[in-house]
Amino acid sequence: MTAERPDLRRVVVVGASLAGLRAAETLRRKGFTGELILVGDERHPPYDRPPLSKGFAAGAVSVEALRLRQVADLDATWRLGERAVSLDPQARVVGLNDGTHLPYDGLVIATGARPRRLPGLPDQARGLHLLRTLDDAVRLRTELVGEARVVIVGGGFIGAELASTARELGLSVTIVTPLPMMVTALGPLAEAAAERARRHGVEVVEGAGVTGMVVDDGCVRAVELSDGSTVAADVAVVAVGVIPNTDWLIGSGVRIESGVVCDATLAVCEAPDVVAAGDVACWPHPALRGELLRLEHWTNATEQAAAAAERLRTGSGPAFATVPSFWSDQYGIRLQGIGLPGRADSVDVVDGDPAGDRFVAEYRRDGELVGAITAGSVKALLPYRRELMRRFASAAGEMVPAQ
Amino acid sequence: MRIGLDTDLCQAYGNCLLAAPDVFELTDATPVATLLQERPDESRRAAVEEAVQSCPVQALTLLDQ
Repeated sequence: MTAERPDLRRVVVVGASLAGLRAAETLRRKGFTGELILVGDERHPPYDRPPLSKGFAAGAVSVEALRLRQVADLDATWRLGERAVSLDPQARVVGLNDGTHLPYDGLVIATGARPRRLPGLPDQARGLHLLRTLDDAVRLRTELVGEARVVIVGGGFIGAELASTARELGLSVTIVTPLPMMVTALGPLAEAAAERARRHGVEVVEGAGVTGMVVDDGCVRAVELSDGSTVAADVAVVAVGVIPNTDWLIGSGVRIESGVVCDATLAVCEAPDVVAAGDVACWPHPALRGELLRLEHWTNATEQAAAAAERLRTGSGPAFATVPSFWSDQYGIRLQGIGLPGRADSVDVVDGDPAGDRFVAEYRRDGELVGAITAGSVKALLPYRRELMRRFASAAGEMVPAQ
Repeated sequence: MRIGLDTDLCQAYGNCLLAAPDVFELTDATPVATLLQERPDESRRAAVEEAVQSCPVQALTLLDQ
């Protein structure tokens, strides 16, 4: 085990969701005995977000079941319901919204992301929803009842999964998406996602944006599309991606691109003894030859947080050359992927039918394997994972150490 | 180290299998993961820790005794 830096007495973790919790756990598990403080802007202790668009939205999963298990001896100070508003990396101080200044020796940035809003829509209306937090999901699920007509704006993971959930509940569902459904995840196989949704009774309108909403008496009545048509709605969910929570870092000197910019080892470039992990972080993945990558996968939040925490604790670390993985449960099938299929320029379906219950697809970029996706056959991913691990590790070995 | 697998929680995501295929198994015959080894060698710790952390439903625990 690499030795811990003796000057690391107090670590502040900003963000108390999956990445923040896993970073804190890793610090303790690896032997950090100093003071540990977690700051989270939600009042809830860490909980699991993936079920919010699936079992929780359907009413099949309780709030209690969402709680993320914590190692018993985390021995941390929790500052929940508080928000970081500033960072001074030279003085090593995080400012909170109540005026508190938290000095640190080491800092983990894990502030995640928030849903993107669409211009032209009201800030609030009964029936209008974003979906990111437990509170969002509680509000939403009380309206996914009866004969509600549901319009989902956006065809990514959240939109696609929520459509499946709403159909399970017997509701009528329309997806409006300017991009092909699930295109970021599936690339050229995106067509299969729309086909699957349609087969399960979802109206899918691709290539159209949303320009406005008809609101009457404070309630959503219809969604207005860019082609001039309107779709009647009792519930409208806007799920058009997320914005990393980096506003609090403005003025700190920390570089922001698609997220907080880290070096290959997950150290934040302009700030000594600061690391970042999860949805908020971007870093040059060795396999992408210096191109910055930001991931929103559950599995990345946990794995990246562990790597970032160890980087912070020891003061050095290897390039983070993870083989990403993700899943999505829809209509009783489970899509599972590894690698970076979103960066591919070609795809080969080597088994099954991508719109069906069982398939395996290989994704390549410039002729080289970059990822694989399956439904119903997770074991088929094993050889691809081995190859990607080998390939990514070798790319990491070729990188100039960024210290 | 010893691995605990809660088969009531397991939903056969198979992330554990991807992380440590010599320790975990998933077949069409069972709806949940199974352990090929309950006490893997210490040399497999990193892979097993990855498996435990990558379980989407927290069905795995690592006991150090």
